[in-house]
Amino acid sequence: MAILTKEEAKKIIDKVLSYSKSDEMSVSLSGGRTGNIRYARNSVSTSGESDNLALAVTSVYGKRSGTSTINEFDDVSLEKTVRRAEEIAKLAPENPEYMPMLGPQTYLETNTYAESTAKITPDFRAQAAFDSLDPCRKKNLTAAGYMEDTTGFTAIGNSKGLFGYNRATSVDFSITVRTADGLGSGYANPDVNDVSKLSTKAATEIAMQKAMASASARALEPGKYTVILEPTASVELLQNMVRSMDARSADEGRSFLSKKGGGTRLNEKLFDERVTFISDPMNADLPLSPFGGGGGGGGGGRFGGGGGDGLPQQKQTWIEKGVVKNMFYSRYWADKKGVQPVPAPGGFIMLGGTQSLADLIKSTDKGILVTRFWYIRAVDPQTQLYTGLTRDGTFYIENGQIKFPIKNFRFNESPVIMLNNVEALGKPVRAGGNLIPPMKIRDFTFTSLSDAV
Amino acid sequence: MQRRDFIQLSGLGVGSLLAAGVPVLGNSVSAEYLLEASGHGVGIDNAAKKRLADIALNAAKSKGASYTDVRIGRYLQQYVFTRENRVQNISNAESFGVGIRVIANGTWGFSATSNVTPDGIAKCAETAVAIAKANAKLQTEPVQLAPQKGVGEVVWKTPIKKNAFEIPVQQKIDLLMNVNGEAMKNGAAFVTSNLFFVNEQKYFASTDGSYIDQDVHRIWPTFTVSAVDRAVGKFKTRDALSSPMGMGYEYLDGLASEKIKAPNGLVGYRNSYDMLEDAILAAKQAKEKLTAKTVQPGKYDLVLDPNHLGLTIHESVGHPTELDRVLGYEANYAGTSFATLDKWKTKSFNYGSKLVNIVADKTQPHTLGTVGYDDEGVPCKEWDLIKDGILVNYQAIRDQVAILGEKESNGCCYADNWDSVQFQRMPNVSLKAGNEKRSVFDMIKGVDKGIYIIGRGSYSIDQQRYNFQFGGQLFYEIKNGEIVGMLDDVAYQSNTQEFWNSCAQLCDKDDYRTFGSFFDGKGQPSQVSAVSHGSATTRFNGVNVINTGRKI
Repeated sequence: MAILTKEEAKKIIDKVLSYSKSDEMSVSLSGGRTGNIRYARNSVSTSGESDNLALAVTSVYGKRSGTSTINEFDDVSLEKTVRRAEEIAKLAPENPEYMPMLGPQTYLETNTYAESTAKITPDFRAQAAFDSLDPCRKKNLTAAGYMEDTTGFTAIGNSKGLFGYNRATSVDFSITVRTADGLGSGYANPDVNDVSKLSTKAATEIAMQKAMASASARALEPGKYTVILEPTASVELLQNMVRSMDARSADEGRSFLSKKGGGTRLNEKLFDERVTFISDPMNADLPLSPFGGGGGGGGGGRFGGGGGDGLPQQKQTWIEKGVVKNMFYSRYWADKKGVQPVPAPGGFIMLGGTQSLADLIKSTDKGILVTRFWYIRAVDPQTQLYTGLTRDGTFYIENGQIKFPIKNFRFNESPVIMLNNVEALGKPVRAGGNLIPPMKIRDFTFTSLSDAV
Repeated sequence: MQRRDFIQLSGLGVGSLLAAGVPVLGNSVSAEYLLEASGHGVGIDNAAKKRLADIALNAAKSKGASYTDVRIGRYLQQYVFTRENRVQNISNAESFGVGIRVIANGTWGFSATSNVTPDGIAKCAETAVAIAKANAKLQTEPVQLAPQKGVGEVVWKTPIKKNAFEIPVQQKIDLLMNVNGEAMKNGAAFVTSNLFFVNEQKYFASTDGSYIDQDVHRIWPTFTVSAVDRAVGKFKTRDALSSPMGMGYEYLDGLASEKIKAPNGLVGYRNSYDMLEDAILAAKQAKEKLTAKTVQPGKYDLVLDPNHLGLTIHESVGHPTELDRVLGYEANYAGTSFATLDKWKTKSFNYGSKLVNIVADKTQPHTLGTVGYDDEGVPCKEWDLIKDGILVNYQAIRDQVAILGEKESNGCCYADNWDSVQFQRMPNVSLKAGNEKRSVFDMIKGVDKGIYIIGRGSYSIDQQRYNFQFGGQLFYEIKNGEIVGMLDDVAYQSNTQEFWNSCAQLCDKDDYRTFGSFFDGKGQPSQVSAVSHGSATTRFNGVNVINTGRKI
C-alpha cells in the first residue's frame, strides 16, 4: 500500500532536502490507491485499481525554478532527481512573479481520512455495483453507473522548514437509470469521504424513482419560471461563480467582480441578503485539506500556475448576507496589493435554512423542480452568464405538489442574477464536494426545449 | 501506474476550456531529454520491443487468452504557457510503459505496467487474463471481435518537416513574447499564449500477427487576447483562429500560400499558421468588440466559417454517431444519442439536407486523427457517416461492428496513454466541400439578413445531441449581401436535425480547411483524444439567434 505515515514521509522529504544545492527547494510526496468500477446496460464494463507513489522536486535559483518527478525511492534515484530539477531550473527563464518559499506553517488537523474507505477491496466494489444493478434488473430498468474511490496522502516540505502532511479518502458514485423504452431517466451522484455513509442501493433507488416518474414528459413553453433547484442541479453554477472570485482578475478589470471605473466590488452587496458562502476545512460534513499545493514557491506549487504553495487553509467568509467579503489572492498578487494572501477553497458551504426539499415543493403554487443541470458552459464571463440543460427528471409543480414530468429545457442564466431572485433556501446537503441548500428561485430563464431524455 | 497531473491556469484563456485543467501524463523531464527521446534516442529499439511483445503474447496465451494485444508506448509532451511579457510555465513530460489487453473466457481484461522488462511484462499479461476471467463471471454475452488480418512488421510516421521537440525552447519563448508584444501594441490589455506539442511513440503487437511501430506528432499554438474598458467596466476576449494539427513545427511557418482571404480583412489559415498576424488582428478585433452593436434576436441566415463550424460538426454529428453512445455504454456520463439504430435501419433518416455529406476518416493529411493503424491494429480508412443527407453509418471498432452486421472494424480505437484501455474514439469527422465554385465572398453576396460567424465560442448540447447552443469569437452582420459591421452577444440555438436540414449552400474545396479539438474528453475514468473536423464555409438558413447580453 502506498500510504506512507507522517514519519515515513518526513524521513524521505528530509533526505531529499539534504541533497539540495539550490537557493531554495521544495518537495512534494504523494501516493495512494484509486479503484473504480463502471457498468452500463446492466452489466459491468470495466473495473480496475492502481497504486501510485511519486515525488516532485522544485529547485530554485534566484527567480528561476525547475521541477522534476520520480517514482523510484533509492538514494541514487532521489539525488538524481534533485540534480535534474537543479539543471532544469538553471536553464529556465526568470519568473518575475516568483515569491520566496514560505517558512514553517501551522496547519489544522482536519478529518479527511476514513478507514472504511481505505479498506475497500475489489469485492467491495463488485458488491456496491451489484447493489445498484440488482434492483434495476428486477424492475426492468437499465443502469449505468460509476464508482471511484481514492485513498491517499500528500506530504510537503521545503528548505525553509515548512512541513505538512495530510491523509484523505473520497468516494464518488454516480448512477443513471433509464426506463427500457428510453422515455424516462433518473440520476443520483452522492460523494463522501467515509464509504460507510454511502449506500449505492439507496442512491440507485432515488435514480430509479426519478426515471419512472419522468417518463412520458409533457412540453411546457420556454420562458421565465419559478424553479426549485436540487443541490445536484445548482452545484456547478455556484462552483463556477466561486472559482471566478479571483482578486487579480477583478483588479485587472476582467471579472464579474471588476468595478466600473476601476477597482473591485469587494464589500459591495451583489446578492440577496440571505446569501452567505463560507469555507471551513474543519466542517464535519465537508472536511477539507489543511493546505493547498505542493509547498513550492513562486506563483504556485508544482507548475508555478498560481495559488498552491502550502498556504494554510482556514475558515473563510466569501459572501456574507449578500455582500462580497473576500476574494482569493495569490501570494504574488497579495504582496503587490499589500494584503494577506488567501488560498482558493477546496470546497464551499452555502448557508441555508431548515426546510427540506419537500417543504420547498409544498410551499410552491406554480413552479418547476430541476433535479440536474448538464453541459454547463460559460457564455459571458463578465456577467457570469451560463447555458446548459435540465436532465434526468424535470417536473411541474402546482399547488404544492409535483403534477407531471416535463420535457427538458435549455437555460441561459447567471448565478449572480439567480442569487438575487431567491424565494427560499432549504437545509444544505453535500453535493460535488460542497454543502448546498435546495433553493427556490423566481424568474429563472429557460430559452428553448429539448427532446433529449 | 503513472502520474496524471493537471496544470491549473488562472484567468481566461485555454484553462477556461478545461474545468480540470490541462492534462499532463507522466514524469517531468528536461527539454534536452525530450529532444533526445523524440529522436528515438532513449529506450529500446524495435527488435527489443518485438521480443518483449512476444513475451506478453505468449504469457497471455499460456494462461488461456484467445486474443491479446500489447501497446508499448512512450508519450512525450512539451507545453509552454506565457502571459504578457513573461513565461508562466514550461512543462516537459514523458510517460513510458506497456498496456496489455486480452480476451479470456469471452471477456476483456486489461492491465498496464511501467515495468517494461521480460518479467514485468509477463506478470502484467497474467494479471490481464486474471481480470478477464474474474469479469467473465458477471458477463452475459461473449465479446464478438471482428477479424483483422495481421499486417506483419510495419512502420508509420506523421510526415512532419520540423520536429517541434528539436526547436530550442528559447525560440518558442521568443515567438510567444513577440506574439504577446504585438497584441499589446495593438490594443490588448492582457494576453496569454500557449504552445502544445505531443509525440506518441507507439509499438503495437497482437496475436493477429501485427507488429506496428508508429511515431505520431501533434501541435497546437493558441492564445487569448483581452481588451478592457475600465471606464464603462467592460471586457472582451478574442481567441486564436489557429487549429491544432497533426503536423510538426512547420505549421507555424505562416506560409502565404496557405492563407485564405475572407471579408473585412479576416484571414483563414489552412495548413500553415501566421500566429503574429492573427495576434495583431485579434487585438484590434477584441477592442472593436467592446463597442460592437448588440444583436437583435430572431431568425438569421448563418454563414459559418470552418474554424467555427468544426465544433458544431464535432458536437452534433461526431458524438451522436459514436456507436458506444448509441448503445448506452456512455449513458452515465456523456449520454446516449438521438441517432438510434432504428433510424439508421430505415435508410431514409434525413439527418440533413441533400447537400450534407459527412465522412469519417483517419487518413486526411495534416489532421489530428490521422495515423496508419488504430490502437487495435486496424489499418485506417475513410467511410461515410451521412450521404446526401441520409444517416448511413456509425463509428465502430472491432467488438462493435457485428452489431451493424459488418465484418470489418472502421479503425477508430484509441487510448490516450499506455496505462489506459483503448476504446472507441471519434475519428476526423468532416463535411465535404461543395462541387460548385464558390468563395465566402460569393456566399455572403447572396444573403439578405444574416450573420457571419468565425471561431470557437461557448458551446453546449444535450445528452442525446438534439438541442444545442453555440457562440463564436467574431460575429458580423450581413445585410443585403454585404457585411455592415460587428455584432456582439450572439448565440444560435437549434435542433441537430433541423439545423443540418437548413444547410443551404457550401463553398468549394479551395475554402476547405480543418478545425480541431486537442483535449476531447470521454469515458470514466476520463481519457482525452485529439480530432480534426474539416469543412468549407457553409450557409444555414433561418437559424434562431438569441441575445446573450445581461446586466448584473
